[in-house]
Amino acid sequence: MKVAEKTKFIQPGTLIGKRIPKMDAPEKASGKTRYIHDIDLPGQLYGKILRSERVHARIKHIDTAAAKALPGVHAVITAADIVDQRPIGVAKDHLPLKTDKVRSLRDEVAAVAAESEQIALAALRLIKVEYEDLPILTDPAEAIKPGATLIHPEPRQPGGQDALKPSGPVAFTGKPDNIAMRFDYCHGDVVQAEAESDAVVEDTFKLHYVTHCCMGVSGMIADFDSSGNLLMYSNTQVPFLHKREFAEYLNMDPGRIRIIQPAIGGGFGSKLDIYPFEVICVFLARAAKRPVKLVFTREEEFISSPTRQPVLLTLRSGCKRDGSLTFRTVHTLHDNGAYTSWGATTPFVMMQTFSSLYRVPNCDYHTVAVYTNNPYAGSFRGYGNLQATFAVEAHMDKLAEAIGMDTLEFRLKNAQEQGEVSGQGMEFDSCGFKECLTTAAERSDFRRKFAENVKNRNAPGAIKRGVGIASMLHVGGGAKIYPSDGCGTILKLDDFGQVTLITGASEIGQGSETVLSQLVCEELGLPMSALTVVNNDTAITPWDVGVHASRTTFIAGNSALGAARLAKAKVLAAAARKFECPAEELDLRGGYVIKAASGEALIDLPRLMRNLHFSDKAELVMTTFYYEPPSSYQDKRYKGNVSAAYAWASQVVEVEVDTETGIVKMTKITAAHDVGRVLNRLGIEGQIEGGIVMGQGYALTESLIIENGVMRNPSFRDYKLVTAPEIPEIDISFIETMDGEGPQGAKGVGEAPAICVAAATANAIYNATGVRICGLPFTPERVYRALHGKGEKLYLAPEKAA
Amino acid sequence: MSLKHDIEFKLNGVSRCASVRVDMSALDMLRDVAGLTGTKYGCGEGECGACTILVDGLSLNSCLMFAVDCHGRDVVTIEGLAADAKADALRAAFVEHGAVQCGYCTPGMVMQASHLLATHPDADAEAIKRGIEGNLCRCTGYTKIVEAIASVSRTGKPGARS
Repeated sequence: MKVAEKTKFIQPGTLIGKRIPKMDAPEKASGKTRYIHDIDLPGQLYGKILRSERVHARIKHIDTAAAKALPGVHAVITAADIVDQRPIGVAKDHLPLKTDKVRSLRDEVAAVAAESEQIALAALRLIKVEYEDLPILTDPAEAIKPGATLIHPEPRQPGGQDALKPSGPVAFTGKPDNIAMRFDYCHGDVVQAEAESDAVVEDTFKLHYVTHCCMGVSGMIADFDSSGNLLMYSNTQVPFLHKREFAEYLNMDPGRIRIIQPAIGGGFGSKLDIYPFEVICVFLARAAKRPVKLVFTREEEFISSPTRQPVLLTLRSGCKRDGSLTFRTVHTLHDNGAYTSWGATTPFVMMQTFSSLYRVPNCDYHTVAVYTNNPYAGSFRGYGNLQATFAVEAHMDKLAEAIGMDTLEFRLKNAQEQGEVSGQGMEFDSCGFKECLTTAAERSDFRRKFAENVKNRNAPGAIKRGVGIASMLHVGGGAKIYPSDGCGTILKLDDFGQVTLITGASEIGQGSETVLSQLVCEELGLPMSALTVVNNDTAITPWDVGVHASRTTFIAGNSALGAARLAKAKVLAAAARKFECPAEELDLRGGYVIKAASGEALIDLPRLMRNLHFSDKAELVMTTFYYEPPSSYQDKRYKGNVSAAYAWASQVVEVEVDTETGIVKMTKITAAHDVGRVLNRLGIEGQIEGGIVMGQGYALTESLIIENGVMRNPSFRDYKLVTAPEIPEIDISFIETMDGEGPQGAKGVGEAPAICVAAATANAIYNATGVRICGLPFTPERVYRALHGKGEKLYLAPEKAA
Repeated sequence: MSLKHDIEFKLNGVSRCASVRVDMSALDMLRDVAGLTGTKYGCGEGECGACTILVDGLSLNSCLMFAVDCHGRDVVTIEGLAADAKADALRAAFVEHGAVQCGYCTPGMVMQASHLLATHPDADAEAIKRGIEGNLCRCTGYTKIVEAIASVSRTGKPGARS
């Protein structure tokens, strides 16, 4: 035996909680990352879509002859050319290419594939469409009235449609009214509770249209091979659901569809559904027998992307003199737009906030989502929770004031605690809510500032300072909203000690691949540089339900951790055989197999891996999954523990209100988030800062102006995103509750930071001025009018029918 | 379909010729003719800054410039910054400070920051915020971008916050 090299001891260390730069950042900062816009296939054609430019009209005739005759045009398609079209979307009420009618300005009427974008655009201009205008319905309050114009009438009704009927197994034959969806939830007895309340308040809130504004516009490439297999380069956040749904729409075996996701220029929930442009791109590729790339312009992105759900919401709340909440009654009217996407299902999340953010013994919740000729609403970071939290937190302030209680004390008295089960059946195994409240309040000196601002309301000077607090509850351990929730992982260890993590979880910029790599490297005692991630090809990666519901760190993290543990056990078992000692006495650290007790390095991982090369006992590819987290599907009454963990946060917003101009300046946000545990401090700070500024835009500047179904501001010039000079000072605290089921104790955080900014801002404006504004955004005009007694009329209460 | 025009200009330090449509933007020329895709299309009307390039040392939105106007000029894109040591430090700062999320605005942001530091090497946080006012980012909330730029500014404090 050779003389051993000098004995080496490896010091313990951890990657958890460290500031780890994103693995994809160097490429992105050098401009080398390839987004969908940067990819071109040989022989590729360019697709363009002709949209209706009418808000509601019957299509009488489409003439495509001139477009087809234009040199360089390979395909022109309308609904008449696609006999096997099927309706898409959450309610299957949306044909990609419209047949008999257009129902909103964005509607797709025809599409072209040509040799250049210029030729495709020229061809669109040559398509002649004859319309017959129909009555326009854009007010959701009108839409629910009997006799209202029907957006999707049944065939037997006047103006009834027959278009969606013959399209195969998934048919949509219209609706007898404009009601797209209803949600009715209740626990306890609100009538009895109101009778027993000492204070009762009611307000109607109007939440507006905003949209995602991903910096990378939507796009895709569709390519059929010679055997008819379909390859899509897609920006979807849900590749595996996409694959299955595309198979259904195209009447194909899902096994013949492959999705590659290039780097995605922002998601935020916008890429959770299948949209007409994607199906149309596939139709064009099929018709032209060439790859087709279809990329939006920014204006098109504004006009045809889904929005956040606009909501008219009436909330009635009560409490007792001792500060305990007694009941909440909620009626909301959702403008669904002309078609149904995920926006219609936001009540799933909204009702959680009403029923369970604070302990409410009695809660009644009703939503009606109605069809109109407006843009349709999709899913957007926070998923209804921004709207619900806006209303709930306004009433927390109002009730506290009504009974003369300190507003923070009132919240603390009603805040959920660890171990509680909410009226809706949510089980809070880890819950740092009270600590979030006290931390945010103490770090911002909330109590002192709150009292001082009230005192200074009538002091001279136009500028009034305000401070407001709001909190939020959101799923943080997956969400059982699809029929299943899970993620698969394949982990490959190679002869050089390098590890490849093949995960179903998509990276959309949020940093998931870095966090997943950290979890694996932590377990295997490896530096981050030892890891390569593959996460963008359905032909390679295992199944995952997609990036949504703040679930990736929790679900994909647990899956990656499971694979790493399998790998570690294999490696240690092999090392134990080699060194003739129990595996329990060994560990992995710093790229070595070590003696756990002393840290003494026994062999470096690459050498051990080469020893194992193709040996009987070696299995260097681990496959595992994290499937069905310990949560449950809600029952028909929407009760059940829908997530395996819940995220909590409190944010204190400080503002300066210029009472002479109505300008609201956000000066500081103090945020305290229960994240379970910080895995990547750099990444989680980035998520929270970005979410807060997105919330700031929702509160102050962003608004899609829709007049009679026409979008008036489809550009960054007129749709105001927050810019760098406007951001507030941000102070972030992490409350680490070490969730028992979370990977290394972590919970989801992606959506949380955007949720309570607007609610806290409304409370801050009230604190500054004594005026409560129930509509968003807080533009100078809206604030000025409210302060000078020229506020908007009280909003009409939504329908209170059961 | 449209008239073409031959231009000659310097792209990232190398002289080159191109035949471009007269209605083509500098952005499309860079991406589709020169094949440099680091410069991004975000809005096409000069509102987002994703397509920021340097022309004769000035930062501008390439979507608002005609390709033919590049004739005789010195054009630098994100790909060209690779040769610049100061820009290396800036790119590294973007990475280390977590200033990159989806990354789509990043090349334009790095270009604008490099121009800002070239013209205002002492820029403090407030000046940096004003300097990148024309560059939109939807992911980061700008805080880490400002920190990254400040860390390589002469008055900045290098290294992450504690």
